[in-house]
Amino acid sequence: MAGAAAFDEIRGRPGDPGGRPEFAQLLDWMESTPATEFDRRQKAAEAAFRQLGITFAVYGEEESAERIIPFDIVPRVFTAREWASLSEGLVQRVEAINAFLADIYGPRRILADKIVPEELILANPQFRPMLAGAKPPHGVFAHICGIDLVRTGPDDFWVLEDNARTPSGVSYMLENREAMLRLCPELFEKFNVVPIDSYPDMLLETLQSVSPRRQRAGATCVLLTPGHFNSAFYEHSFLADSMGIELVEAADLEVDDDKVWMRTIEGRVQVDVIYRRIDDDYLDPLVFKPDSLLGVPGIVAAYMAGNVALVNAPGTGIADDKAIYSYMPEIVKYYSGGEAKLPNVETYRCREASALQYTLDNLEKLVVKLVDGSGGYGMLVGPTATKAQVEEFRTALIAEPHRYIAQPTLALSTVPTLTEAGVAPRHVDFRPFVLSGADGVTITPGGLTRVALREGSLVVNSSQGGGTKDSLILADDAGGRR
Amino acid sequence: MLSRTANSLYWIGRYVERAEFTARLIEATIRLDALSARPAGQGAWDSALLVAAADYDFGLTGETRSPLAISRYLTLSASNPNSIRSCLDAARSNAKSVRTALSRDAWEAINRAWLFLRGRASTGGSQTTLSLVEHIRAETRGFEGALHRMLRNEAYSFIGLGAAMERADNTARLIDVKYHLLLPEGERVGGPIDRDQWTTILHTVSAVTAYRWLYSEGLKPWLVAELLCLKPELPRSLVASSEEVVGHLNAIGKRTGLQGEADRLARVRHNALERTSIDTIFGQGLHEWLTAFIYENTRIHLSIGQQFRFS
Repeated sequence: MAGAAAFDEIRGRPGDPGGRPEFAQLLDWMESTPATEFDRRQKAAEAAFRQLGITFAVYGEEESAERIIPFDIVPRVFTAREWASLSEGLVQRVEAINAFLADIYGPRRILADKIVPEELILANPQFRPMLAGAKPPHGVFAHICGIDLVRTGPDDFWVLEDNARTPSGVSYMLENREAMLRLCPELFEKFNVVPIDSYPDMLLETLQSVSPRRQRAGATCVLLTPGHFNSAFYEHSFLADSMGIELVEAADLEVDDDKVWMRTIEGRVQVDVIYRRIDDDYLDPLVFKPDSLLGVPGIVAAYMAGNVALVNAPGTGIADDKAIYSYMPEIVKYYSGGEAKLPNVETYRCREASALQYTLDNLEKLVVKLVDGSGGYGMLVGPTATKAQVEEFRTALIAEPHRYIAQPTLALSTVPTLTEAGVAPRHVDFRPFVLSGADGVTITPGGLTRVALREGSLVVNSSQGGGTKDSLILADDAGGRR
Repeated sequence: MLSRTANSLYWIGRYVERAEFTARLIEATIRLDALSARPAGQGAWDSALLVAAADYDFGLTGETRSPLAISRYLTLSASNPNSIRSCLDAARSNAKSVRTALSRDAWEAINRAWLFLRGRASTGGSQTTLSLVEHIRAETRGFEGALHRMLRNEAYSFIGLGAAMERADNTARLIDVKYHLLLPEGERVGGPIDRDQWTTILHTVSAVTAYRWLYSEGLKPWLVAELLCLKPELPRSLVASSEEVVGHLNAIGKRTGLQGEADRLARVRHNALERTSIDTIFGQGLHEWLTAFIYENTRIHLSIGQQFRFS
């Protein structure tokens, strides 16, 4: 249903002859490049990704333990004006997320003022009571946020999901650009594209800025990975490499006297900032899952003692929980004093009786999600689901309504994409990366565009057959150079 | 540098070297097999198993000792932990976990070699096997080339250290196999088969020309042994490998300001090798001397692990 009426970001609305004149040159390029040439370049890009080892693992698939995410060579483009207004909304939202976290793990004013129901926070598994009173260095909790956006019209952007734990995908943003520069240099001659290659520098500055030491320079920052069997390991090593910091595993770290040390060939060295890509649950067996072998015993105590910055801080999951998501407009308003510049997708909280009733009555129109699910698992897309799937969710909803939310099926925007039948529209979403350090919020002018490669599909997750595209932000709205 | 990183780099050096050595061994064995009439040709494959320290494990597979089965076992078998495939698997797995310490070129070289072998199920006949091992040697040469373009930092030294330690071990095993290699009944020492066997050993370490260049005499077993044990001009000789071990340990010591037991043992070994003559070695018994060398190499390997906190 979403296919026919969807807004295309490059061609405009179907049947609208004016379309989007600012992208006429891009259309020319798409139409004048032969399909075989696109095909050749796309294969070259995928071969390069494989050779570099830019792979990810899909859990439960032994056969193809390492796959590359399909890369689509037709880029997505944002004008300078679109980007400027998106950025404003993103800064506002991420500042609110950090204020919310400081409040929840501090005075809890927002609960006292009854903006968010208390039991929704305190009984939420993502809330970590043992971290109450935490004062992370420089007051930053969510240093790196990935905000998932969808679009339904020229100026209609919606936040689909906040990722305030350990959002991944930024390496694809950078590698996709590298591939485009190599394979389609003519595009960058036609359009004045803002570069993104300073992202690792900005990330390193963000990490150094939250060092608990008085002297920012010389802070020892490390990236903590679960190891090379993790599905995002390529990204971990890529980022550590680009920043020139050590890529450590739990076994490389030890905690002594509430300080974190790493084992080196010259003895031990104190660590100030840990960009950890391990979930809270596995971070510290003394505090969270006791049987975790990926974690570092005592690391949370060192964090609570103020001797190390954890990026992102533990417990940030309470801010991106799907049950909290529906309160985000109120949360943004509460801390920023203004209306949220980026709206939420309308959300029915099935924990509320009327919302549950509405959801059960309209299952075939709605998208139903597990509050604590991710990666496209535990999700019902009503319009494309089979009868059996709908009934399965109906039973589950009635049994445990508090575990679900429901949203209307949006007519997600499309972007022209290379398919077996030539260039055709496919649905996309967008994840920009927002950095918060001691000196404020910065956003790299770009992000990860994910595309649902199957015709009509709305599921963009890489584990479910999604691909990626480069996302170009134009430096000006004059329509390009020359 | 993280101790774990140093450990992985060291093993990358060892595994790539081992893969290359095995490729050379197969190449030389095919050559020897082709040159000699059976049963000497069969003997060549048996000795290849001995050199690769895979004789016992091959016996456990229950396969017949045919050239095809043995070359497959040494090249592609996943159950042989020292097959070329297993070595490249292990090298890549280590490289993957320490990618940040490797240059892009070095990583790509390992990954490419691994990708090349990944889909191979059979080595095919000796012609295909030859082209397969030649390809692998080209890939490992590519890795060595990438290595030499890396920063001369600890990462470089640890890979080099692993490679030199492995090379010392491999060369010692290679010479020692001549001890196990029995001549067929009626053949005499110094006869054509004996000479072929020594030539094969030279081929394995690409030292045929080196031999001609260093010695004006015809092929003499004790001179081949001298070349492989004591000639610093030959990079694969025991003395050259020992010197490289000392050099890499020195470089690490210079950068970190730390030296230890591994440095001491490596220097003692190298000094002793420099002062030894081939007559002394033969006087002691070549096999006994080589066994002691391999034992000492293991001792140095263990002290490297201790000194840099590998575990």
